[in-house]
Order: sequence, then structure tokens, then C-alpha cells
Amino acid sequence: MEWETVIGLEIHAQLATRSKIFSGASTAYGAEPNTQACAVDLGLPGVLPVLNAEAVNMAIRFGLATGCSIAPHSVFARKNYFYPDLPKGYQISQYELPVVHEGEVIIELDDGETMRVGVTRAHLEEDAGKSLHEGFEGVTGIDLNRAGTPLLEIVSEPDLRSAKQAVAYMKKIHSLVRYLEICDGNMQEGSFRCDANVSMRPKGQEKFGTRAEIKNLNSFRFVEKAINYEIERQIDLLESGGTVVQETRLYDSVKGETRSMRTKEEANDYRYFPDPDLLPLEITSEEVEQIRATLPELPDAKKERFMADYGLSAYDAGVLTASRDQADFFEAVVQAADGEAKLAANWVMGDFSGALNRDGREIGDSPVSPEMLGGMLKRISDNTISGKIAKDVFEAMWNGEGDADAVIEARGLKQVTDSGAIEAMIDEVIAANPGQLEQYRAGKDKLLGFFVGQVMKASKGKANPAQVNELLKKKLSG
Amino acid sequence: MSLDNDDVRQIAHLARLAVDDQRLPEHASNLSAILEFVEAMSAVDTSNVDPLAHPLEMRQRLRADEVSEDNQRELFQGIAPAVEDGLYLVPRVIE
Repeated sequence: MEWETVIGLEIHAQLATRSKIFSGASTAYGAEPNTQACAVDLGLPGVLPVLNAEAVNMAIRFGLATGCSIAPHSVFARKNYFYPDLPKGYQISQYELPVVHEGEVIIELDDGETMRVGVTRAHLEEDAGKSLHEGFEGVTGIDLNRAGTPLLEIVSEPDLRSAKQAVAYMKKIHSLVRYLEICDGNMQEGSFRCDANVSMRPKGQEKFGTRAEIKNLNSFRFVEKAINYEIERQIDLLESGGTVVQETRLYDSVKGETRSMRTKEEANDYRYFPDPDLLPLEITSEEVEQIRATLPELPDAKKERFMADYGLSAYDAGVLTASRDQADFFEAVVQAADGEAKLAANWVMGDFSGALNRDGREIGDSPVSPEMLGGMLKRISDNTISGKIAKDVFEAMWNGEGDADAVIEARGLKQVTDSGAIEAMIDEVIAANPGQLEQYRAGKDKLLGFFVGQVMKASKGKANPAQVNELLKKKLSG
Repeated sequence: MSLDNDDVRQIAHLARLAVDDQRLPEHASNLSAILEFVEAMSAVDTSNVDPLAHPLEMRQRLRADEVSEDNQRELFQGIAPAVEDGLYLVPRVIE
């Protein structure tokens, strides 16, 4: 039988507020255990939650960026369950009336096709603490610093049909929250993670199959692997006459498989009810419009502009606008390079990105500034150096030897454009290779590359390649 | 709607309450009576009434995003049954 995969994602984005969603405790990552867990976070008697205005603003920003409706009236609810990292015995979340609902994002797939993915809702809630099992005998250590950190839970429609689509969607949301500056997107620290609902149905059938929920996926690679494993597991199960059980599963990244998380048969029964400690959240259309006016240019619009203004291909524009930092860096390079956009795109996506990856650096702490890179590109376009020499200049700048002009000067890399000097080198090379010359003249055109290589070598890479080509052709044909 | 003994057992479990098996019928009957009492409202036409999330018709006050709480870990952990290296210790939680 041919099966169709149905996937929906619930993405948890930690909002980049300074303080918690309902208390004035700090949300800074990496503090000593329980030093940022105040009386409200601990659920001590007599405390009251007070909602953080910035968390609400951030939720609205996300809603506006995804074409969602912003609820003029939304409600906080208690989701009741017992777990040691949840001191109150309930999580404050939103249930029936979320702050943001019904929008969409457009994702781009590997084949260049685009696809609409519905955003069902995004609601505000508080994060739980952390349980630490390592290093304790028979007990679990609880750190409540994370308890009360604001989360935006972004729920997609079950529109996704493959692991690749799911990853493309997650990357799109990741890019959006970073553009909006509402989440740092740090997946290693758990600031951005997701649960994947996966089910199978016979192709052509409308009714959804029973789904399994894979919890807490914190890298794009794990999302893809876990979903693909789950698809195979469910198909094997269904084709051997079994049924999928609706359950929560965990992805084991070491074994590369998902496994059932709760063995107890009890179904989730959270008994949601409106939290009497919190009044309904009212948002006026004036407030929404004020926030709309502060939205930055978003990835889709930026991509269109890069294609129109800089003449970039859809692919290049897509890569450069994937992160706001990279897009800003690129634009600063273009400006410093007097508008050499295509050259700037190639360098930013090529050697520059390569160097960042190699050294594990972020754009923000690159040793080469946009002005330095742009300055070097100017030396390529005015023929001071060739593209090949530029690679050496770039490495030297990266290693702190100063800007392009300083490196070119100090290392004597200035390109030879004096045609007399180039002709002299060509004559020498031709004289030294009579055999190749004969073959070339007999019709073996491919040998031109050999001669170019020899001349470039003789010039230590400093001869202008275009000039070498032109002059060589003339000389070789006699 | 009326509850049976199994419903009561389930509700008690979700609320982590210890309920004596012998008293299950009594609780079932009392809780059912509450539900019946509430059910009387079903007779009223509420199609034009907005759901009420809070008895006070006021909007939620918001606070500025500022860190206002100092570290009081020593104080809070003073009443905890067991702590180690700044962590609260609880019976082992197995996933």
C-alpha cells in the first residue's frame, strides 16, 4: 500500500525577555542552580503572577509576521499535572483563547518549489525547571532557574508531508523569530525546540491515522532523523497488521530511534481551567498597530528586494537572507565594495562563511569586518589583485594582518597588469615548451589551460588572468 | 451526569489524593450531586452570553520587563527537605 505521512509541529521558542513571564526573576542562561527562582517561580503560597508586557509584545510581533489574527481578548489557563520540575502542580498556559491564531508561512523546498504551511495558533506559557539525573544516587536534582521563562508555543497545521518539509518549516520559523528578535534561537541551550506529531494514512484517504508525538527535538538534524525513523516504524507496524498507539515518544539520538516515553496507561488529562490569578489579556487594535510599525523587514521581503536590487538569483538571495546577521553583513559589504553585489554574494556565501564554519565563529565576532571584505572586493574589481590572490589576502585579513591594502602592500601581491611584463613571461613559457606549442597549433585547444597555468605560476599568481588569456591566445596562434 | 467509583478513583489519582476504597461510593454520590447542581444551568439559554473567564470585568495589568528579584536561594532552600549543590533533591524521577 502507498502511505502518506502527516506531520504537525509544536515549536517552543523561549522569548528573549530579561525577566520571567510572571515574575521579576532573571532569565539569563547558565546561572548557578536556583539562584534565579523567586517565590513566584517556586509557587510559594500567597504569591500572584503579573504578566510581562514584553512577552506579550513579542507574541504579537510573531503573530503579525505570520499573518495571524491577534486576539483582542485572550485567557490564561492552568494545565494541571504533577512533575517535580513544575512546583505549582500546574503550568500557566493558554488553552481555548490563545493570543495569536490562524496564520501561515511560506517555506521553500530543496527543488525550489514553495509551499504554504498553516500556523494554527501561538500561545504564551511558562517553561518548567530542569531535572538532573546524572551524578545522583536514587534521587533527582531540580534546578528551577528555567521555571517561569516565557515560551511561545507555535502550533502548525498538519500540513507537512515529509521530514524534509518539517525541517524546512522549522528553519523558517527559526529564521523568523531571530529576525523579529524575540528568541535567540539557540538550540543547544534549548531556547528553540519542537515536538513532532507524526501519523500515516493510506494515500488518498482523508481521515488522519493515529499519531505519535515525538518530544523535545532540539536540532534540525534530530527532527529529520526522528521523523524518518518514526515513519518507518509506523509503516512496518501497519503493514504487519498492527496499529499505532497514540502516545508520547522520545528520540534517542545515540541509537537513532524513538521509544515510548510513558509506560503507564493513563491518558493525559490536564483538566485545563481559566487561571483565577490572571485577568483576561486585552489587546487593542491601536496597540497592535503600534507594534506593526516597529516590525523589521522580514526574510521573504528581504529576499525579494535582494533579487530586485542586487540582481541575485533566488537561491543566493535565499541563502543570504536566511539570517538577519548575514543579510546585514552582506549589505554592508556591498556598500563598502561600491555596489559589487554579485562578487560580494559569492564571497559572503563562499570563503567568508567557510572561514566562520571552520573556526566555529558567529558573524558578530568575525575578525573580518564588512568594510574590510568590501575593501578587498574593490581591489579585485579594479584589477589590483586577482580572485585567486584575493583568497590569500582574505586569509591574511582573517589572521589579523590588517585590511586588504595593507596586506597587498606588505606582501607585494599587487597584480601585474603591465602587458609588456606579461608578454615577456609568456615568451619564456612558450620557448620552454615547444612540444606543447606544436600540439596546440595542430589543434589541441585544450592546451591553452596548460599555458595559462604556466604563466600564472611564473608570475607567482600575480599576473592578471584575463590579460594572460588574451595575450596568450594571440602569441600561441603565432 | 453521575460518577462511578472508577471515576472517583481516577480523579483522586490525578489530584494525588489518597481515598479510602470504602468511601468511594460516598464520594461518587456527593460529587455527582455537585455535577447535577451545575447541570441545572444547562436549562438556561446562554447562546448570547460570552464565556466568563474571570468574575472581575477588568483587563490584565502588565509589568515592565525588568529584573526585580534578588537571589534568595538560601532563604528558600532553608525549608526544603533535601538540597545539594544548590539543587532541590526529590525522589528519583524515571522517564
